[in-house]
Amino acid sequence: MSEGLFGIHGTALQLRGQRMEVLASNIANAATPGYKARDIDFSAALAARDTGMDTGQAGAAAMRFRIPTMPSLDGNTVEMGTEQTAFAENAVGYATTLEFLRGRIETVTRAIRGE
Amino acid sequence: MSGPQNIFQLAQRAMSAQSVRMNAAASNLANAGSASSTEEGAYRPLRPVFAEELGSASLSGVRVEAVRRADVAPIRQHQPGHPLADENGDIWVSPVDENEEMIEMLEASRQYRNMVEALSTAKQLMLETMRMK
Repeated sequence: MSEGLFGIHGTALQLRGQRMEVLASNIANAATPGYKARDIDFSAALAARDTGMDTGQAGAAAMRFRIPTMPSLDGNTVEMGTEQTAFAENAVGYATTLEFLRGRIETVTRAIRGE
Repeated sequence: MSGPQNIFQLAQRAMSAQSVRMNAAASNLANAGSASSTEEGAYRPLRPVFAEELGSASLSGVRVEAVRRADVAPIRQHQPGHPLADENGDIWVSPVDENEEMIEMLEASRQYRNMVEALSTAKQLMLETMRMK
């Protein structure tokens, strides 16, 4: 039902939320020796979702390790600039998806009220 | 102890880990140049050791695994007039590198701030989702 009503946006919002957690984990571990930064390949996750996986599985399947531009001596691959940019991009994506959902709900509410 | 269950717990743990780091750096700076009459008694810099902590789903937090003493030798100085001098007239001064501690402090505060920034963005988005009707 919700799949039909919200189309791709319901899934997209869940994936955005999941990606936000992954990126926040990277920022939290900026000083942990040996920590490998991860990220969710968003389009791969959406494609995996279409093959019938649930959103959590799709996010896990599209998880990739980040390739650092300059690896540090302690084995940590978190680069603050990269993480912050990705976080900002993801936040904007989240807000956009939210806006789409809001519009859809407004349309449906209007239709129900018969205005 | 289990790992963080949501983004708020993650941020809270990361922020407390960074405060431990900042406190350690502050203790080291406070003890820079403090003297002792024996080599063993001299102050050695404190260093927190961070470790990854797996939480629910895709979260991985950070915790302070241990706070260890840095393995650096105290500096021996010949000061016969010093009240703490041993029979050879030597004292042992703590081997704290002020520049290193300042950088440690700067980095801890930057990373703390980054986490706060990420948390406030996440909170904002969650509130917007809540308000949607």
